[in-house]
Amino acid sequence: MGMWVFLVTEIMFFGGLFASYVVYRALYPMAFAVASQSLDITLGTINTAVLLVSSFTMVVAVFGSQTGRRRMLVGGLALTIALGIVFLAIKVYEYYQKYVEHHIPGPSFAFPAPYTQQAKMYFTLYFAMTGLHAAHMIVGCGLLTALIVMAWRGRFTPEYHSPVEISGLYWHFVDIIWIFLYPLLYLIGRHLE
Amino acid sequence: MPEHIVPIKTYAIVLIALLVLTATTCGVSFIDMGKMNAVVAVVIAFAKASLVALIFMHLRYSRRLMRVVAAAGLFWLGILIALTMSDYLTRGWR
Repeated sequence: MGMWVFLVTEIMFFGGLFASYVVYRALYPMAFAVASQSLDITLGTINTAVLLVSSFTMVVAVFGSQTGRRRMLVGGLALTIALGIVFLAIKVYEYYQKYVEHHIPGPSFAFPAPYTQQAKMYFTLYFAMTGLHAAHMIVGCGLLTALIVMAWRGRFTPEYHSPVEISGLYWHFVDIIWIFLYPLLYLIGRHLE
Repeated sequence: MPEHIVPIKTYAIVLIALLVLTATTCGVSFIDMGKMNAVVAVVIAFAKASLVALIFMHLRYSRRLMRVVAAAGLFWLGILIALTMSDYLTRGWR
């Protein structure tokens, strides 16, 4: 219950960014479409799949804890962390691409006219939203690492496993955020290419 | 409260559905449907989010209070976006 209330506050945390996205998207639809085409859709789609599979391995871990299968619990958690790290690694590579292309807002920002200024707004939102999301992923990986240690020591039983359950809720929530970021950031301009 | 244990098979089916929806939204985004592109993308995103929330997060099997809390979060986000846009979208009116 407490976790759900926390997640609602998280909705509002990300919600501010989503609302600013909607505002600027409505003001500069063409610039946002053109700027979004510069993202790597293959990497974005792979990363979406990676996160969805990680949510699956997470529920497998929860299932393991509910039924007292410790190996399943530890294995599920380990796979989830591994997939989370794969996601972050791909994200780092994408950020590096943006750095090479001078798409990071700042003194060396460059984008073809006439959308230079408006695309800067898009990339500011892109980095704010994916950055905040990535920070949540890092926290999630930390939580799961702590869970693995506890699970390894046999701290969880079918009667007591709420830490696994609520960390799972957190992980899925972060997944849901990405489910919305993916179409909003990667897909909006594809049909105009 | 007795816990509802969902079989792994259900989770696997949900995962496959999520991956299929991802492939669909990606493929459809290349077809020019004008303003419908954004609508379709958001509808598919909501479908995926609902699957994750209802099955993976066990909302479907939870007490009603949990569902109210989750729905309240979405509702407040709706207010935030609706009122913000009711400002920005009407600024052109004189």
